[in-house]
Amino acid sequence: MAETVSERQIGDVVLDLRNISLAFGGVNALSDISFDVREHEIRAIIGPNGAGKSSMLNVINGVYQPQQGEVVLRGQRFEKMSPGHAARAGIARTFQNIALFKGMSVLDNIMTGRNLKMKSNILQQAVWWGPAQREELAHREKVEEIIDFLEIQHIRKTPVGRLPYGLQKRVDLGRALAMEPSILLLDEPMAGMNIEEKQDMSRFILDVNDQLGTTIVLIEHDMGVVMDISDRIVVLDYGKKIGDDTPDEVRANPEVIAAYLGASH
Amino acid sequence: MIYRENGQFKTSYAADQQIFPIRQDRYAIAALLVFAFVGVPLLADEYMFRAILIPFLILGLAALGVNILVGYCGQITLGAGAFMAVGAYAAYNFLARVDGMPLLGALLLGGATAAVAGIVFGVPSLRVRGLYLAVATLAAQFFFDWAFLRIKWFTLDSSSGSVSVSNLEMFGWTINSPVEKYLFCLGLLAVFALLAKNLVRGAIGRQWMAIRDMDVAAEVIGIRPMYAKLSAFAVSSFIVGVAGALWGFVHLGSWEPAAFSVDRSFQLLFMVIIGGMGSIMGSFFGAAFIVVLPIFLNQALPWLGNLVGVSISTVGVSHSEFIIFGALIVFFLIVEPHGIARLWSTAKEKLRLWPFPH
Ligand SMILES: Nc1ncnc2c1ncn2[C@@H]1O[C@H](COP(=O)(O)OP(=O)(O)OP(=O)(O)O)[C@@H](O)[C@H]1O
Ligand SMILES: [Mg+2]
Repeated sequence: MAETVSERQIGDVVLDLRNISLAFGGVNALSDISFDVREHEIRAIIGPNGAGKSSMLNVINGVYQPQQGEVVLRGQRFEKMSPGHAARAGIARTFQNIALFKGMSVLDNIMTGRNLKMKSNILQQAVWWGPAQREELAHREKVEEIIDFLEIQHIRKTPVGRLPYGLQKRVDLGRALAMEPSILLLDEPMAGMNIEEKQDMSRFILDVNDQLGTTIVLIEHDMGVVMDISDRIVVLDYGKKIGDDTPDEVRANPEVIAAYLGASH
Repeated sequence: MIYRENGQFKTSYAADQQIFPIRQDRYAIAALLVFAFVGVPLLADEYMFRAILIPFLILGLAALGVNILVGYCGQITLGAGAFMAVGAYAAYNFLARVDGMPLLGALLLGGATAAVAGIVFGVPSLRVRGLYLAVATLAAQFFFDWAFLRIKWFTLDSSSGSVSVSNLEMFGWTINSPVEKYLFCLGLLAVFALLAKNLVRGAIGRQWMAIRDMDVAAEVIGIRPMYAKLSAFAVSSFIVGVAGALWGFVHLGSWEPAAFSVDRSFQLLFMVIIGGMGSIMGSFFGAAFIVVLPIFLNQALPWLGNLVGVSISTVGVSHSEFIIFGALIVFFLIVEPHGIARLWSTAKEKLRLWPFPH
């Protein structure tokens, strides 16, 4: 895996987070956090439970509005990012607590990820024949490519609610990939998985990063995986940034070690 | 023939995306359509048309509209009756005020007016949900009840708010007898069912269901809640409005605002719950059930009573109707939120495996 990582061309900063502070009532989820993400890299965010990792992703794609700071995306400043803006700017994400559309099949969940690319109007869709059907078929082919890539052909018609957890995580990734994002935010994509499932998921993430050039921001608790696949790591603890470096440097950082030993892990 | 999809391999995504991908289902639906268009007109008598079939078709259409909003988009409405009224009175006004307005034009314009009303009264859904939204849509019900009773302009100054339509005619075809009315409603229902099915299996349908299932995730992939919700209100109210116009024009002939009271709103909601939320077919199951049940009870209960030597009065029958409805709604809400439609598809799944259960 290490070779694949080193062959990629890491580019300029695409996403710059400047002095982000976010509080819920009295709780400071994030205090004055700054870091950047470079094009094509795999950027990990780690930290003990409640450190503010998920909150950080929610700030990046506009689900939460920080009280202070700004998100700079390819040089464009957003004081108020919204989920719609983020989606249109090419940011996709998966969720820590899977947020699939439970009543829909795997295929429909992933097809929904293409909604921004589908242009036929409501009348054309009601008639179906013609533009709407052509569009539906074109996108179906794209979605089938994703289904093949994630190796979930056998469950494409299954309602997602009936799937085991590991497969739901894959479908969640599939829906995000269907957006053909330039930046992909992954919130604990391997939580609750066994070794084999983790290996599959790591492979998918590396392939996406390598073959599509997608920039990846990854939250993960499994240190082995994180050290293995990420280029740079941000460490959060109680809403503060306590480290921001390459895996090797982070591993050696005494503050990080203390935070991890202090929190019962 | 055994019900199987074995050996029916799909060679293209287009084939896979058909409404009825299984061949036996296609035959069944074709047979059903032939029966409905040819068989029923030969078999049914006038009472059947007036008391059962025409009300079933029109309320089935209205339930379909409600299902789009409630079953597919996950919003709630207690104002469906009001949107039927808007459709009916708007269509009436277009027909009466515009020279040479064709019947179909009036019905569709009635639907369009109801769609606009639906969008206006759907705006609260952008801020509130659940109980609060129910109350907001109930406000639509009371507002329109009041408007059609008190604002004389809508009813061409008739004193009681009662209006009537006669001489229905379309493309030179006079729609007079019960059979003709039945065929007219059936044709419209078939067309609307097809259009609605196309919407719910396409891009907009996925947006509605995404909002229903997980609205935060829907926003994160770029779905605009405002567009998704208001389009559901518009499409739903359009269909409900056309159904309202049919109810007035075809079924009643002459009507007053009470024909579209809050009772109607609840009845339509019950049809969707019992028939199956998020299923086009379910809307029709629900409508059939609610139209037929009272008639069935009227016949069956006194007969059953006689068997055991008790006489059951008409009042008793209508009370038992409420009890049975109530029990069924509680049953479906708790045990099977996808209603009769789900029971039906479970049965089909079993049949697919029959006679080998594994
Ligand atoms: N919507 C919210 N309302 C109130 N408090 C919140 C909310 N979201 C997060 N918090 C609080 O912010 C802090 C950071 O939470 P966050 O979910 O970002 O942590 P995390 O690093 O993702 O933790 P975990 O590893 O458990 O997922 C926690 O104290 C949490 O309780
Ligand atoms: Mg988290």
